[in-house]
Amino acid sequence: MDVELRPKLVGQRIKRFEDPRLLTGAGRFVDDITPPGTLFLAFRRSDHPHALIKSIDLGSALSVPGVVAVFDATDIENDLRPAIPSSRMKGYYATPLWPLARGKVRYVGEPVLAVAAESRYAAEDALDRIQIDYESLPFANRAEDAVADGAPLLHEDAGTNAIVVRSFGRGDVDAAFAGAAFSVGATFRLRRKTPVAIENRCYLAEWDKRRSALTLHSSTNIPGVIRDVLSDCLDLPGNRLRVIAPDVGGSFGSKGSLYPEEMLVAVLARKLQRPIKWTSDRLEDLASTSQAFDEIMQAELAVDADGRLLGLKADVIGDIGAYSIYPWTGALEPVQVVSFMPGPYRLENYQARVRGVVTPKAPTGPYRGVGRPAATFAMERLIDMAARRLGLDPAEMRRRNLITAPEFPYRSASGIIWDRSGFQECLQAACDKANYDSLLRKRDEARAEGRWVGIGFASYAELTGIGSRISVAPGMPINTGTETATIRIDATGSITAAFGIASHGQGLETTLAQVIADELGCRIEDIEIQHGDSALVPMGTGTYASRSAVLGGGAATLSARVVRTKVLKAAAHLMELPVDKLVAHNGIVSAPGSNQSITFKEIANAVYAQMGRIPHNAREDLVASETYDPYFGTATSATHLAMIEIDTGTYGVTVTRYVVAEDCGRVINPMIVDGQVQGAVAQGIGVALLEEVIHDDDGQIVTASLADYLIPIAGTMPPIGIVHVETVLPPTQGGFRGMGEGGTIGAPAAIANAVSDALSAMGIEITTLPITPDRIFQLITQQGSLPQ
Amino acid sequence: MTVVSVTVNRTVYRRDVEDRLLLSDFLRNDLSLTGTHVGCEHGVCGACTVIVDGYSVRSCLLLAVQTDGAVVETVEGLGTTEALNPLQKAFQDHHALQCGFCTPGFLMACTDMLRRLPLTTDAEIREALSGNLCRCTGYEHIVNAVRDAVRKRGPL
Ligand code: FES
Ligand code: FES
Repeated sequence: MDVELRPKLVGQRIKRFEDPRLLTGAGRFVDDITPPGTLFLAFRRSDHPHALIKSIDLGSALSVPGVVAVFDATDIENDLRPAIPSSRMKGYYATPLWPLARGKVRYVGEPVLAVAAESRYAAEDALDRIQIDYESLPFANRAEDAVADGAPLLHEDAGTNAIVVRSFGRGDVDAAFAGAAFSVGATFRLRRKTPVAIENRCYLAEWDKRRSALTLHSSTNIPGVIRDVLSDCLDLPGNRLRVIAPDVGGSFGSKGSLYPEEMLVAVLARKLQRPIKWTSDRLEDLASTSQAFDEIMQAELAVDADGRLLGLKADVIGDIGAYSIYPWTGALEPVQVVSFMPGPYRLENYQARVRGVVTPKAPTGPYRGVGRPAATFAMERLIDMAARRLGLDPAEMRRRNLITAPEFPYRSASGIIWDRSGFQECLQAACDKANYDSLLRKRDEARAEGRWVGIGFASYAELTGIGSRISVAPGMPINTGTETATIRIDATGSITAAFGIASHGQGLETTLAQVIADELGCRIEDIEIQHGDSALVPMGTGTYASRSAVLGGGAATLSARVVRTKVLKAAAHLMELPVDKLVAHNGIVSAPGSNQSITFKEIANAVYAQMGRIPHNAREDLVASETYDPYFGTATSATHLAMIEIDTGTYGVTVTRYVVAEDCGRVINPMIVDGQVQGAVAQGIGVALLEEVIHDDDGQIVTASLADYLIPIAGTMPPIGIVHVETVLPPTQGGFRGMGEGGTIGAPAAIANAVSDALSAMGIEITTLPITPDRIFQLITQQGSLPQ
Repeated sequence: MTVVSVTVNRTVYRRDVEDRLLLSDFLRNDLSLTGTHVGCEHGVCGACTVIVDGYSVRSCLLLAVQTDGAVVETVEGLGTTEALNPLQKAFQDHHALQCGFCTPGFLMACTDMLRRLPLTTDAEIREALSGNLCRCTGYEHIVNAVRDAVRKRGPL
């Protein structure tokens, strides 16, 4: 068979290699590992939003059986340096990160002291015996207050609460607005979320006295970043500091930053020379794991009489919580809100300002979609508001403004370069898949019966697989743009491929094996993918920012290609045939047109174990280590379409139909891609309808259990219709685009538009998410149009 | 301390435990059966679901001493990595797990519901699954896996 016609594994629904262990309880999560002699930590956390620590009285804590020691900040002051989330951004203030609060607390839930004990039960018992005296300080709870002149400062050294300030601009916005037929605008509010990975955070550090070396097992998706920063904090070289992320139970960004508890576990393992473990409970998770999406966005859009976009103005306040998170900084979310707000549209004139403001709440960090769910919510609402003013169908409004094929590459008003991607095609595909015309008829029939039914779109583009030209967080001095794959065939013929990524549900052990099997010509079952371990490659960062399929897949391809060449050269010697006559497929090297063939196993044995089979000066180990850098990123684009119905009695919103049309380039494994889209859309539906971290006026977190912070359940999720649109393959290695986050970007906006459509007869526009029954009730009563 | 004698996955264990020890901690720490996961310890997420005397329960809401004399089934009692049972196989076939952390809880809840409920419609399946949280999958593939398992089980 012609090589090109041989069935490829890329593109197939290969069942996941991860599954057997995870389905039988044989997975290994950090909390499943307990070396003999382990001490367990429990944290006493601040119950004040902003206060000075006046005194700490340990009481009888140390007399609780099993308790070994109690630590506050002063006890470890000389054991480490703080982590500094630095950035090259002008005017930015980096809040230092220490494991325990030093002199002052800045949010409810901040770790103040830690008890180490022989069991978690004993450690928690001791916490109750400790008395901490605080002196309350004034604080500004709401970002709009914290940004005002004279607001109490959370970090005095910063001299301001607005530790990130940036402006963007292109063209002449004032002229655009002056020449516009009309403009639409509003203040959009996306309420604070928390990612809620079902596995809580967990860290276990072990000190190896023999080597003076530390191993940290961490539920992290950035083991390489953690290794590098702890190397500085602890003054340990990388060869004596290893960070392992074994099986990790979801992250969605929440396990993609450095945490105080993680630092402390490492510090204490060295200090006490015993294994130290901390397992978060859910209350601690909801109070202290990085939160997200807390944005106030004032935005206005100028439009001409044909519905063409002329100009956009935005003023954004991002509530970043008490600290700038390591390594991404507090700029990550708010700056992306303004840089992505122009969306996938042709728009020349843009002016935006963004301020990232510290408030006494848990730090914000990456969460699936980062900035773009908020940006897309604001922009897509404006598009629909403009369409309504014009009496134009929302699909047509988008069609007129989405960038068209000949315009690529298109430089967005904020400076993002969109490469060719199916902006228009996805809109069309979503309409076709949902049968838009008949949906409109169904909606109108339902309305005629007095039901509140609406349809909403969201179109967006995101930059994925970002290379070394820019960091994935603005100004962050860490290289996020390269990925290394080391592939080796050993003497038994089995294949090991090691990466810097850290899969935590994405199925990369399967998809990367598909890529390698195709490129190397081996059997997929002979490959083991290794990841989630800082010792595997010289520098690796992890899995985040929709990068792993693009960068990991690219590195896998490059390395596999080199190894295949070495395999073929060795085979050429063994088969006494010219190398260009040989092909590798399914673990066998053969010469088409002849009946000669040799297996990878035989080749490996000849290369490594048999002296003289291959001329000594031609013998090469069957290994390669290549690094891939896509340099630019690539555009992943999509259109979501949602149909919803509001219960006219309870004001509860039900999503009745949901369609996603997405261009994520070449699909490695459609089953896995569908799973990513479904999971991300579910999170987006949570953003739109359910999820809200609530702090009361005293700065206390009200949503401190999973009974108060609601996430989607099976009974309320609609089936998701998915269309994979493949336009032109991007110039990335393999033609892959990243796709792990998109569902969460599109869903909040699509549902907000659908609910606004359902309530359009009452003149209601949704500007705040989540859309809870209570908010709908208030909107309707404010409008004075409460139906009978 | 109280002596507990309990049968877990057909093995009888006798252990001296503190009265306040949670069943979830007992299984994970005392018996090293770490397949049962803990996601909230307040009875909402369902990750810790096991079957006690034939009924699925949340092991974070039970004390180990309450299972004295009981028969407990955990994920380790289903199929093995080499030989998945039909439900586990359906989960793999339909890609009903991503990170896999919620999965043992879903498998035990589904084991119970497959024994007891007709599960003839998707609505019924979704309703039955609603006591377990999964943050990765959006549930659709889990529904597909259960539907497939129901088909292979046949009517009750
Ligand atoms: S851990 Fe038991 S229900 Fe969540
Ligand atoms: S598979 Fe990750 S929580 Fe369900």
